[in-house]
Amino acid sequence: MSLDLTPAALEREAPRLMRARPLLTMNNISRSFGDVRALRDVDATVYPGEVMGIVGESGSGKSTLLRMMNLEDTPDTGDYRLRLPDREDGNLFDLTRYQRRMLCARHIGIVYQNPHLGLLMRQSSSGNVAERLLIAGERSFDVLRARAREALDASEFPLERMDARPIELSGGMQQRVQLAKAIALEPALLLLDEPTTGLDVSVQALVLDTLKRLQRDRKITMVLVSHDLGVIRTMADRVMVMRHGQVVEQGLADQIFQDPQHPYTQQLVHAKL
Amino acid sequence: MTTTPLLRVEGLTKTFRIYHLDSALHAFEDVSFDLHEGEFLLLRGHNGAGKSTLLRTIWRSYLPVGGHVWYRSGHGEIDLANAADVDISLLRREEIGFVTQFLNARPRVAAQDIVAEPLRLAGIAQDEALDQARHWLDQFGVRPELWRAYPSTFSGGEQQKVNLARALILPQRLLLLDEPTASLDAGAREALVRRLSDLKAHGVAIIGVFHHPGDVAALIDREINLNTKVVADQLTKEEDHVAL
Repeated sequence: MSLDLTPAALEREAPRLMRARPLLTMNNISRSFGDVRALRDVDATVYPGEVMGIVGESGSGKSTLLRMMNLEDTPDTGDYRLRLPDREDGNLFDLTRYQRRMLCARHIGIVYQNPHLGLLMRQSSSGNVAERLLIAGERSFDVLRARAREALDASEFPLERMDARPIELSGGMQQRVQLAKAIALEPALLLLDEPTTGLDVSVQALVLDTLKRLQRDRKITMVLVSHDLGVIRTMADRVMVMRHGQVVEQGLADQIFQDPQHPYTQQLVHAKL
Repeated sequence: MTTTPLLRVEGLTKTFRIYHLDSALHAFEDVSFDLHEGEFLLLRGHNGAGKSTLLRTIWRSYLPVGGHVWYRSGHGEIDLANAADVDISLLRREEIGFVTQFLNARPRVAAQDIVAEPLRLAGIAQDEALDQARHWLDQFGVRPELWRAYPSTFSGGEQQKVNLARALILPQRLLLLDEPTASLDAGAREALVRRLSDLKAHGVAIIGVFHHPGDVAALIDREINLNTKVVADQLTKEEDHVAL
């Protein structure tokens, strides 16, 4: 029996049972930096309530794609749609810079690997969270304080330290402040760029637990980029495997790990200790 | 039976492609059978006959290379062999369960929380979910002092009990069992048989691989031998199981 495992053959014409509508759709995203083609014709679909994991080696384009999802960068070609209750469907890359900033602040949360990117290190932790609420138009001090407190609590941050500055906190605690800031406005989409890289193993497990709990209780849709296959395996429902700016394979997380179809994915999965 | 089957497997074939060896491994080829609601099908065959692989292919951890798995879901009929990942995700949450002999739990989560999780995901309140979780841990013989402990510290048998309690806490329509009795003591085996018998009576269809099929002999309606692909309506005698 011949076995056709070309990408075209693997592209399954799937009959759709549930008619679930995606929250996020990206089509034909390409982006070059000089001669380097960081993303080549990438398509991505994320459904409400799921955790989509993106894996790939350094330079595969996974973080660039995540930055696109956070509207920090725009591609050379391609479109990006989010199905949000209060806005019309349209390519988000067509929005003005200000509109993009507002949309992100309101609907998209992000946690970076490096807390310096996501936090003002010399402002209090509660202030960092409140800043996000200020952008969305909240002005009452009491409301700001209460909601910052609530978000920090949901991120399992010790509230007695809510007025400490991130610079005084440990790495794990800084990630919790980033997380609180990201979820303060109950975003439709939470983006996680290597959120536990650099944390020691026990702290990493605690942060992942918090994320799992948030996903379960608040049904937050997440896109998680990590080069740590263990983290992806624990967290993700579906996985996209990227290499040289392209998606080489995507599927259910257990399928990607147990029955990888692409040679590169097989190599990647078998390299895991 | 004259009713429409819940599951209709047609010509299912699975081959693994191993790139670094530049070879292909044939797991099973052209397997077909029907399964009705409330039916218990035993999969038999030598080691490596593809019993576990067949279960994983129906569950879609493995992608089949040919054939169909028609499943009559609560949302309509769907071919699990070709369904979109998002649909498989949904069916796994709502209708299809898979129990292996291994507990794949997140570290630092208490046994009772692991067991309660499917109920929490189904929207049941924390207190109610924990009550039910403790009930099932108790049924499978996990001692109360372990309920709030982390299963990573448990023995193999205890981990398996937690695994079963979690997998069977929420009734499914189709249940796939991969050697669930492997490391259980007699008490837990009895509890498992009781639970399976109860689920079967409520119409749950079950496909199972058992090291000792005698454990569940009373429940088995039919069996399929993956070496010969013969579907039999009755359980083969116990001495034949020893031979396999």
